[in-house]
Amino acid sequence: MSLTLEEVEYIANLARLQLSEAEKSSFREQLSAILEYAARLQNLDTTGIPPTSSVLQSLSVLRRDEPRPGLTTEEVLRNAPEAENGQFRVPLVLE
Amino acid sequence: MSSLTDLTLSQAVRALRQGQVSSRELTLAYVERIDRLEPALHAFLTLTPERALAQAEQADRRLIGWRNDPALPLPALLGVPIAVKDVLCVAGLPCTCGSRILENFVPPYNATVVERLLAAGVVILGKTNMDEFAMGSSTENSAFGPTHNPWDPERVPGGSSGGSAAAVAARLISAALGTDTGGSVRQPAAFCGVTGLKPTYGRVSRYGLVAYGSSLDVVGVLSRDAEDAAAIFSVMAGHDPLDATSRDIQRPEIYLEDQFDFSGLRVGIPQEYFISGIQAEVETAVRDAIHTLETLGAQVKPVSLPHTEYALPVYYLIAPAEASANLARYDGIRYGPRISAKALLDVFRHTRGEKFGAEVKRRIMLGTYALSAGYYEAYYGQAQKVRTLINQDFELAFESVDVIAAPVAPSTAFRMGEHTDDPLAMYLEDVFTLPANLAGVPGLAFPVGFDRQGLPIGMQLMGPHFREELLLQVCHAYQKVTDWHERQPGI
Repeated sequence: MSLTLEEVEYIANLARLQLSEAEKSSFREQLSAILEYAARLQNLDTTGIPPTSSVLQSLSVLRRDEPRPGLTTEEVLRNAPEAENGQFRVPLVLE
Repeated sequence: MSSLTDLTLSQAVRALRQGQVSSRELTLAYVERIDRLEPALHAFLTLTPERALAQAEQADRRLIGWRNDPALPLPALLGVPIAVKDVLCVAGLPCTCGSRILENFVPPYNATVVERLLAAGVVILGKTNMDEFAMGSSTENSAFGPTHNPWDPERVPGGSSGGSAAAVAARLISAALGTDTGGSVRQPAAFCGVTGLKPTYGRVSRYGLVAYGSSLDVVGVLSRDAEDAAAIFSVMAGHDPLDATSRDIQRPEIYLEDQFDFSGLRVGIPQEYFISGIQAEVETAVRDAIHTLETLGAQVKPVSLPHTEYALPVYYLIAPAEASANLARYDGIRYGPRISAKALLDVFRHTRGEKFGAEVKRRIMLGTYALSAGYYEAYYGQAQKVRTLINQDFELAFESVDVIAAPVAPSTAFRMGEHTDDPLAMYLEDVFTLPANLAGVPGLAFPVGFDRQGLPIGMQLMGPHFREELLLQVCHAYQKVTDWHERQPGI
């Protein structure tokens, strides 16, 4: 299992990570080694084995849909790098 | 006269009630010790002595009131200083997760465990250092510098709760909260010679715990002994409507017996955890501890967890996959610093590329790959199926034994820098702790000896879901007849 540089760039784009050339090259090597190690899972026959989605049974948890007090707008925006008029400020999305 | 910082948490609770010491005196004793030793250890990311002393004075007023009128309600841990891993939200204090991407983040609310501990009267003295977003086994991945092991400052304290473990071992605090996604409470506990409890998945609320691997993350405790771990665990456990995966079962009221009756207790020894490559002194110490349980009356028998060797590859697909989704929220918009750019997409890319550390980026990449179209079934899907086989191993084993005893890590604390260039070698450190997270079972690590270099050795007990009390009881009985947990580093 060996990743190409193009695959590394493709994954980095999916993950929204800007990587330096040095990072791309070291991740290519390291991720290839880790995936190679993980490949041993392919040797196990898992026919008919259900995947574990949770270690706990019965996860349907319901509650009444009632409004409750939450954080104030001011509290929510306090950690934002940029805010304006009670909203998060972001750069232009569409030209 | 021994120092106030030598009191265990449970001893301190009793001394405070009897008026032998005030919370202010106790808190000041820890502040003074931290002033002296913290520069060499770097166990903390935030220290809050003033806030802590204000809490302590409030606790003292309440204690005086209670002594005048014992009919008044008395919170269980009133006046005891503790520390909190910097991945749990404490309202008004920075919560960095050891990352530059959250270096200025101050949560406006408390994690449920913090809320419960504050209601029980604890004094919070600071937030402890950790591997960035709890990803690591050495605390070297903290963006704010590593923590040093109090037994040998050139060695790592383990991770990711390395700051909590080092602080408890050096008696900078009586106990500290940690989190365990793949061994992050138990492995640092073993490396630092303290007791570390990883509860059952779902036993403790994750609300206010910054998510890493949501199907694996558990809030745990690092303490000096089983009694202290039980005291904190019984306060923080229990159902929380704010965490849909928290179980709606009764909050445990734990009473540990000094003279526990071991007759009928079946202790399983999994052959898969005593493999070649394990440090000989670790194996000897763990086997000696198992023998001690046997002399106390336990019945020791072999068990098999045949899929153990697959736990590592399963974990390093599932945890990064969950992390890649959980960490998508750090994009420079709602919190954390922002690297400005003209286009929104470049804000995301540059902020994340610059502010995440190498290990976090590595795991996001790995997880994104494992979940990507064309590879999902082969990697993530197959890992989730093998996880089922690992869970079945535990279910089967617990039909014939009550607890399983095994080493926590293959070796004692390694040197700083030893594994930093080889991620796979670092991942192998977690080989004995990951299975409990994949199966969601509780685990308890505690010291059972030292190697020739004077470094602590840990053993872990694992039990069926929700049997933390049994693990704590067995450990407590062991600690009544041994003194490994009382040894202190010579710093």
